[in-house]
Formats: sequence, C-alpha cells, structure tokens
Amino acid sequence: MFGIVGYGAYVPRYRIRISEIAAQWGRESEGETQGRGLTNGTGLVEKTVPGMDEDAITIAVEAARQALARAGIDPRRVGALYVGSESHPYAVKPSGTVVAEALGIGPNVHVADFEFACKAGTEAMFCALSHVKAGEMEFALAIGADTSQGAPADPLEYTASAGGAAFVFGRGERVMCEVLHTHTVTSDTPDFWRREGRKYPSHAGRYTGNPAYFKHVVGCAEAILEKSGAAAPDFDHVVFHMPNEKFPIVAAKRLGFSTAQLEAGFLVREIGNTYSGSSPMGLAAVLDRAKAGDRILLVSYGSGSGSDGFVLRATDALEGARGRAPSLRSQLEGHRIHLSYAEYAKFRGKYDVCG
Amino acid sequence: MRDVYVIGAGITPFGELWNMSLRDLFVAAAKDAMKDAAVGRLDGMYVGSMSPGLFVGQEHLSSLLADYLGAVPVPCVRVESACASGGGAFRSAFFEVASGASEVVLAGGVEKMTDFADVTGALATASDQEYEGYHGVTFPGLYAMMARAHMRAYGTARDEIAAVAVKNHENALLNAGAHLRVRISVEQVMSSPPVADPLRLLDCAPVSDGACALVLASEAYAKQSKRPLVRVAGIGAATDTIALHARSDLASLEAVARAAAKAYAASSRRPKDVQVAEVHDCFTIAEIMAIEALGFVGRGRGGPASKGGETSREGPIPVNTSGGLKAKGHPVGATGAAQIFEIVTQLRGEAGKRQIRGARVGLAQNMGGSGGSATVHILELV
Repeated sequence: MFGIVGYGAYVPRYRIRISEIAAQWGRESEGETQGRGLTNGTGLVEKTVPGMDEDAITIAVEAARQALARAGIDPRRVGALYVGSESHPYAVKPSGTVVAEALGIGPNVHVADFEFACKAGTEAMFCALSHVKAGEMEFALAIGADTSQGAPADPLEYTASAGGAAFVFGRGERVMCEVLHTHTVTSDTPDFWRREGRKYPSHAGRYTGNPAYFKHVVGCAEAILEKSGAAAPDFDHVVFHMPNEKFPIVAAKRLGFSTAQLEAGFLVREIGNTYSGSSPMGLAAVLDRAKAGDRILLVSYGSGSGSDGFVLRATDALEGARGRAPSLRSQLEGHRIHLSYAEYAKFRGKYDVCG
Repeated sequence: MRDVYVIGAGITPFGELWNMSLRDLFVAAAKDAMKDAAVGRLDGMYVGSMSPGLFVGQEHLSSLLADYLGAVPVPCVRVESACASGGGAFRSAFFEVASGASEVVLAGGVEKMTDFADVTGALATASDQEYEGYHGVTFPGLYAMMARAHMRAYGTARDEIAAVAVKNHENALLNAGAHLRVRISVEQVMSSPPVADPLRLLDCAPVSDGACALVLASEAYAKQSKRPLVRVAGIGAATDTIALHARSDLASLEAVARAAAKAYAASSRRPKDVQVAEVHDCFTIAEIMAIEALGFVGRGRGGPASKGGETSREGPIPVNTSGGLKAKGHPVGATGAAQIFEIVTQLRGEAGKRQIRGARVGLAQNMGGSGGSATVHILELV
C-alpha cells in the first residue's frame, strides 16, 4: 500500500472582499449578489491575500510543517522535496532549497521546483508518489503553494489568491490515504501565460473554458474513471481545480457527480483561486473530514494545458493523525483581517514605489 | 454593362472559432460556394478583409487564399474598406463580370478576430487616427455620439434603440450559424454594462471569426446552374468624411443614402419594393440610422419603427433576418459578403424558419467605420 502519510494546508489570514475590488473599478453594478455579497460573476465572496512577509516559500513551509506533523516522521527521512508554484519568488534559485532548510530536510534530498500554471502542485504530488511507489525512497514531500497574480482591473484580480497544501507520500501502515490510480493528460493549449519579466499573466478570456479547462479536466476524469473501473456514484468526495465557482460545478455535472460530492473540498467561495494550491487544498479539506474507506477523486488543471488525476481511498490511519495539525476550515474560519483595496494593492506590490 | 448573377454561396458559422485559422475559414466558405455554383471555371477572386495584419499578423491574402483554395494561378485581390471590405469585394467582382472581362469570379470576405489581438485598437484604425484616434475615441464612442445626436434631433428613445438588439437576437435564434443565439429583453439591453453612454454592451455587435464567399457569373454561365437564379439588379457605393466631426449632421448616414440612391436608380427599384434587407447594425443605433438612409422609413422614424415591429420578420420591411451583425456576429471583413449571402438565401427561398415568404427583391447595405464608406446591393430573383 502506498499513498499519503501526512498532509497539511495553509491560508494567510488576510482577505479582500470581491465587492471591495469591484468598487475600486466601478463595477459594482455588474456583480450579482447571490445572497452572499457581490461576486462579479466569479461566485466568490472573498479571497485570501498574502501578508507583506509571505510568499510561495513561506506558505509552502507552513503547509509542509503540518504535513510532517501529521506524518510524525523525522524530516531527514524525506528523500525528495518538490514545490509546485507559479509564483516562485526567484526566477533563478530554487524555492525548494529554502523550504528544505526551514523544515530540517536534507542534505540527502532531491529538490526541484515545478511550474505548470495551476497544476504545479499535483505535478509535484505525481512525481513524489512515483518515487515512493518505485521504492527509490522512504518518503517524498510534494507541495503546491502560490501567491498568484492578477493585473489591476483584470478579471483575474477578482480570483487570484494565496494558499498552499503539502503531502508526504510513503508506504505501508502509515498510509492514511491510499493512491489507487493516477492519470495525466497534456496538450499545447495556450489559454493563459506570463512571459519572462512580466509582472502579470495574460489570458485569452473565454478560451479558457471549453477548449482548455473542460477538455482537460473532463478528459482526465473520464480516463481515470475508466482505468479504475469506477463510476461517479462510487466516490464519496470529488475535487476539481477551482478557478471560480462555476467551472468545477459544471465539470462535476458533465461527469455525473453531485454538488454534495464536491462540498467537502469546495473552498473557492471563501479563498479564491490559489492556483497551484487550489485542488491540493481541496484534497486537504476533504482529508479533514473523510472517513476510513471513503473514495476520493482529485483532478487538477493547469493552463497550457494539462490535468493530473488521482483516485484515492482514506484508510483507518487517517482518523488518528488528523488532530496533529489544525484543520483547513479552522484556519479559514479563524481570525481574519479584511483589507481595503489600497492596503491590498500595497500588500501585493501593485504600486511601484520609488526609492 | 451586362447582367451579373450570384450562382454560388458559402459561409462558415460565425463565432469564436478557436479551431479555425484565417485560411481555414476562407477555404471552408469558398469551397462551399464553388460547390454550390457547380461551375468548372474561376477567372478571378476578390476577398474583403479589414485588418489581417493587426488581427493575426498576416498580409498578402491574395496569394495565401488562392494558394490554400487550390486556385493558383487565378488572380486574387484583397479589398479593404474597413467593415465595408466584403461589400467592396463583391462590388469589384461585379464589375469584372459586368465588364465582360471575366465569366466567373469569386467574391468573399474573411476576418479572424479572436486570436488575442487588441481588437478594439485594430478596429479603431478605421477612424481618423490623426484627428479621432489621438483623442482616444474608439468605435463605441463614435457611435455613442451618433446615438446622442439622433436622440437630440428626433427624440429617439433608449428603449427604441434597444428594440433593434431584441429583434436581431430573436432572428438569430432561427439561424444555426449565428454567434449569439440567445433571447434578450429590452430591459436586459438597457441594464447591460455601459460601454459608451448611451450605448451598452448589448447594443454592440460581438467580436467574431467567420468567412463568406459568393460566386458571380455572366448570364451564359448562370443559365447552366440548376439553382434558383439571383441577379444583381443594382449596385451603389459612396464615401463620406472619415472623421465624424467633419460631417454636417451626425444623425444621418449620407454615404449610405448616396449609395442607396445609385442602387435604386440602377435597379429601377424604390425602397418600398424591397422585401427583405440586411443592414449594417454594428451598433443598434446604426440600424436605426441605416433604415432611414435607405428610405425604408422617414428621417427620424427609425426608432419608433423599430420599436413598433416594422422591421421584424412579420413587419412591412423585415431587416436583418439573419440576426444582423448584432447577433449573427461581425467578423468585419466577412460581414458585407455575409449580408449578401442572407439575401441570396432568402431570395432562393432557403431561409428555413426565418424565410420571408415570396421575397423576390432584397437589399444588402454594408458600411465602413462610422459611415465613411458604404455599399448597397439590390438583388432580385429571376
């Protein structure tokens, strides 16, 4: 048996309400309220904002600390550490080296940074799992963490947020969530990109829907369902990448999943799109609640484009390990600080300050 | 000049066609038109395209499109007159056949707009860049000023303007190839996001990909066709000042009126003879001003006539049965040809559920920019 032996997730305590962003750009009239506040077509109420001293590295460290705590292992036994993000603080110099050092991992460790838009986190998971499965090492750590960027007034500004999740993969009785099947699909579909040296990404509007997100997410899900011989009703929980409220709900519907199956891992309304952290955080939220034997489907999406799929099953070991770190929902519902747009712009470096 | 007939017509769906490039679009439409014409001869090609250079970085369409159609060495010319490029291409093909220089000529239009170009910026190059562009005005702004002028001069009401969008969306529901096939209400138009006051999002034609092609032929070749015969009864074209501020009246489209006068004279037809028309509704206000300039309704009556259903499929002068630019879509270079495609389809009696019964005389009006260039074509079922 191989799979997840420890998991963790982290969300910054800062938030900005979607209504605050809409008001900044005079777009309040375009927001439908849906009884929860202005969402401007995203379905979001608010999104997370990284603090002034936070970046993808600090978020990765926080999430991984929890994952190691739940795993209850000596960090030096981790043989590989992979960090997936599209907001690595350095263009050249790995995030993973800082993360490893902060966690007490290494020096006998293979470290790499991954980048594949919003699926860099599951990509890290895919590779970490493969090492363990192949018997190359005892434990491997995979992290998806982002402080994603959206240009001022761009539709992305309403959703791009910060957060991360981490998973320690291993074998044997420690496994709290078994990985039964994996599948991945990739094609050259440029729906979203950021060129070297550019501060904010570009995107091709509606092109990110059917030809990009839905083609890959639905295609990957269908392939892994066929591989596993399972059907939508066989699953207790399903997590899809959550760029907004609508996309994962539509994908679920097309595949025959109910909104009840999405519910445990459905975080986008409160946190926004945490990019590389999005579907991994959804999985972490599911593991906070899953019962032994629960079957879980996870399908990520990364622009450019591709999807990684995992069929998982919670084991008896989950229950005992869960309490060793705070749940994702407890962090979400804990102390929150709501920012004005001006504070948000300062936190996110949207002003270029001279001197 | 001798008589000219439309013996073949082909069109792609209009919309965000991510799987089709500019050449794919044109070739699809042109092949359909040639198949429809079923004629083993092609003497020349004219293709309207407003700005392939800015939209997809491709010029020299003459060679590209003849090449990919498999038509080399047939001569081909790209015609550009902003959004009236398609009408201009048809006009050029008409003269080549009418003059006796050629027997069978293809006239088409194509625009690939959704390949991540600065579309509003590219379209704005159809305005006077030195006097309008430098002030930052784009087409929604120019048409908003025309709408304001029309409202002031004739008391045209906001809901009358909105009625144009509602009607055209209703028509597009019956056109499988239309870009926006969704029913809308006057209230939805009037509460959609403001673009340039008083125009709102649902007053504006969408940004679309698409292509259309028509095959024009002399009588000798037309008589070989087994399809219903459509003759080009009269054509007209005119220009106006490129800049809006240079016009004596912002509330009228003089180039359209002049082009129409020529087409009516050439065909010996009057506005009341026209049974179905496609007009250039890039913005809702443009349709109101066009139906006035074409003489379908009196000056200043465009608003009440639109609200009163006079231009609906059941009205005395059905306008934009295809859905118009507003709802069928507006791949700018293809639009003028696509308008003629709709008229040919109506005159052939092949418009399905949107067919205007017994239509024998139809008109297509295409214009560039804020009305700086215009073409009018009158077609008749023989």
